[in-house]
Amino acid sequence: MSTGHDYPSPPHFRKPLLDTPFHERARALSQNDNFVPWSGYTTVDVFTTVEQEYFAIRNAATLYDLTPMIKYRVVGPDAERYLNRLVTRDVRKLKIGRVSYVVWCNDSGHILDDGTIFRFADQDFRLCTAERQLDWLLDSAIGFDVVVEEITAQVAALSLQGPTSCYVLKKFGLVGAEQIKPFEFREFQSAGRTIMVSRTGFTGDLGYELWMQPEHAIAIWDALVEAGRTRGIRAIGSQALNLARIEAGFLMPNIDFLSAEHTIRMHRERTPLELGLDWLVDLGKPHFNGRRALLRQKAEGLRRMLVGLDIEGNKPAHNALLYASPRDQRECGFITSAMWSPTCKRNIALAILDAPYFEMGRRVHADIYLHRELVWERRMAAATVVERPFFAPDRRRLTPPADR
Amino acid sequence: MTTHAWDVIVIGAGHNGLVCAQHLARAGQSVLVLEAGSAVGGFAAAREFAPGFKAAVGAQLIHQFSDQSVRELQLERHGLRWAARKLSTTVVTPERSVRILGGQVSGTSANDAHAWAHLSARLDRYAQFLNAVQSSCPPRLGSTDFQDRWSLLKMGLRLRLLGRRDMREFLRIVGMNVYDLATDELADPLLQAALGMDAILGSNFGPRAPGTVLTLLSRRAGETTSANGYSLPIGGPGALAVALADAAQAAGVTLRTDALVARIAVEEDRVVGIDLATGERLCAPRVVSNVDPRQTFLSLLGTAHLDTGFVRRVDHFRQRGITAKLHLALDGLPTLQGLEPSRLGDRLLVAPSLDYIERAFNASKYGEVSSHPALEVTVPTIHDPSLAPAGQHVLTAIVNYAAFDTKAGTSAARAALLQNTLATLDAVAPGLSARVLHSELLLPSDLERECRVTGGHWHHGDLAFDQFLMVRPFPGAAQYDSPLQGLYLCGAGSHPGGGLTGLPGRLAAERILRSRP
Repeated sequence: MSTGHDYPSPPHFRKPLLDTPFHERARALSQNDNFVPWSGYTTVDVFTTVEQEYFAIRNAATLYDLTPMIKYRVVGPDAERYLNRLVTRDVRKLKIGRVSYVVWCNDSGHILDDGTIFRFADQDFRLCTAERQLDWLLDSAIGFDVVVEEITAQVAALSLQGPTSCYVLKKFGLVGAEQIKPFEFREFQSAGRTIMVSRTGFTGDLGYELWMQPEHAIAIWDALVEAGRTRGIRAIGSQALNLARIEAGFLMPNIDFLSAEHTIRMHRERTPLELGLDWLVDLGKPHFNGRRALLRQKAEGLRRMLVGLDIEGNKPAHNALLYASPRDQRECGFITSAMWSPTCKRNIALAILDAPYFEMGRRVHADIYLHRELVWERRMAAATVVERPFFAPDRRRLTPPADR
Repeated sequence: MTTHAWDVIVIGAGHNGLVCAQHLARAGQSVLVLEAGSAVGGFAAAREFAPGFKAAVGAQLIHQFSDQSVRELQLERHGLRWAARKLSTTVVTPERSVRILGGQVSGTSANDAHAWAHLSARLDRYAQFLNAVQSSCPPRLGSTDFQDRWSLLKMGLRLRLLGRRDMREFLRIVGMNVYDLATDELADPLLQAALGMDAILGSNFGPRAPGTVLTLLSRRAGETTSANGYSLPIGGPGALAVALADAAQAAGVTLRTDALVARIAVEEDRVVGIDLATGERLCAPRVVSNVDPRQTFLSLLGTAHLDTGFVRRVDHFRQRGITAKLHLALDGLPTLQGLEPSRLGDRLLVAPSLDYIERAFNASKYGEVSSHPALEVTVPTIHDPSLAPAGQHVLTAIVNYAAFDTKAGTSAARAALLQNTLATLDAVAPGLSARVLHSELLLPSDLERECRVTGGHWHHGDLAFDQFLMVRPFPGAAQYDSPLQGLYLCGAGSHPGGGLTGLPGRLAAERILRSRP
């Protein structure tokens, strides 16, 4: 009997979250049914246990489904000029076959998002972002001869990270993969399939990201798992990745900063300077979004800044407020990300501190709340402003990587 | 150190550009005005639309140019003479007509005459308040600058000084549509229509559009600056532009016509001058654009020098004109149904009711031209025979409405609107179309081309709450400034907006002189 509708079955509104091309494998490997939404897709938060997955990142090889990351294709005669006006880094310096980590701002210099730019050709780029923002990208294209289109669903992406990841790639059959330098990418053919491999990642470790057609996703996943069998390869979820990225000192949108588009209250936006990303801001290049505001901020000085903290003890300082002295009533900052780092054996955190407390080596105090068997306890722990990253092994840069 | 040939370059010799230039020159600046066309005046520029027949491209009457400006700018010394002043407005239908001069009406009931006088006086009080606001640089919101806070405070004080009753009444009606106000206060449909026409002329509105009381008050605010009402200079509105140009030159301004600016030149994030289409670079630390905001920022400057959020605001600025202009060369004087010939010298409104105007507006919403257009008509040759060969006459009309992008295409739309307009005129002046020797109808797209104004919009952009006062044309470019050091706006796109007021030009000059180069 006809219902009078010609919806596909089941209709889209019955399943608001999409499956990624790797979903079948993720579903089979997930032991806890621990799925979370990410940019309209359902993705795994934890497959087995966070600890197991975290240690695989630092000691073996891991697969992480990256497909929901938003991807835009940017092409046209003005593509370089367009991107150079969009982001704070100088895109003219980005060579073909290279990737660049970038942030971009609104008119007042506040960060809208961070992401990466891949340069395929003179006039052909890919912009990967955390948030969907086609409206901003299209409005930015007014006056530029450039085409911007979202290609998120057309590209499946898999992150292969960990000290044995290069071995896995070679075993998988990508000849010459060991020659890829950090922030470089190359195209490979494998069993008639095209795979693009970039030496990028969010772990601060040796690792790669693999980009492929969605219809090849399962076959490539299976082949990688097979290739990594003797190297401890395992699928990981977002929680383990989040631990690795804190150690690497990387910022997570919506945790360490909010997109200026999403803030309502005053002073909740952040500029790249406030996030300690001044190395990403090239004030000497031609005009870019937020440049005038950033110049003003630079002249006036920062009122707050994101820094790394080394906190005494071993209790993670989740969401702790920070005080200049343990007896202060007024806080001088707050923690955005915190963890006990098993690899560094340090109690680390990322924090926003008011001026002048964000200076390197400055001591502050973290007001840590502990939930112990339904009882809340409080610890005032001394903390020191330290350099990021907390964990930066040589293997993340070594080319070719050691054969393990 | 860079040496500049000029202190200031003004792009566009429309009336605001010329006013701005003269004020700057009088303050000791060396000023160059560049005009792309060969005649000065922009919308007010004189135009020989048929051999021996003259009219201004856009404007047909002067009614908002302040007496003070005429004196200050020494226009009468530079050739401005008046053919007629204090013209009455006559709303004409085939059956009857009413005649309006200020608060006085004839041809209507005693009740309506009384109501009109009462309403007119009230609106004039609000207009005077609004005029005080419109003749000063609007404050920046959220600013800590003394000047900004002071002018915001003054605005509040002036509003309070209207008195409790008037302040409340002003705040009650200012956001309303003119349809409701007119039908609340007046019974005569002709008087209602007269009020409605004043609210919608030149803008993208029908009388039922919210905010049309604001446009009405804004127009009346301009009119409070002159004791002479609707006026016609000898030679037409173009003569005002010529007098402005002559007076500016006498004050030391250099004027170059046929000089098309290709782009505003920028080096190290500040303006250094302009490049002409010929490739010639003219240097100045300050460039003032009398061009509409969209062209100024998107075409002349280029989005590469601007932030996306700002460009978004430029792109969203509403400036699609829906007003057309008709010029007719007549072999003799037409006769108005039931009126003596001298009444042809009035400002004539052909719009029998508010519903008639609203229905005329409907067409423009759907990409069409009005089947029964609402008209503001003048026969300037009654007062100034020099505009036509002896014994012959010129009739000009502002024709509402014509969609900017007509579905039928430009030439079909032009032919249709001309036919509809002539039929409308024939109904009130039988036999008029038989007297037509030559006709010219300028659609908004024609005005865009002729006057180099995006959208062919009379006011360089709709006058509406979100494009008014301290947010005109949009935040970041209000107060005549721009995000780029050295670039300023002085056109109708800026506060207080369109019409032949010269105010944007004067206020821009004040702003520029206050700021550091």
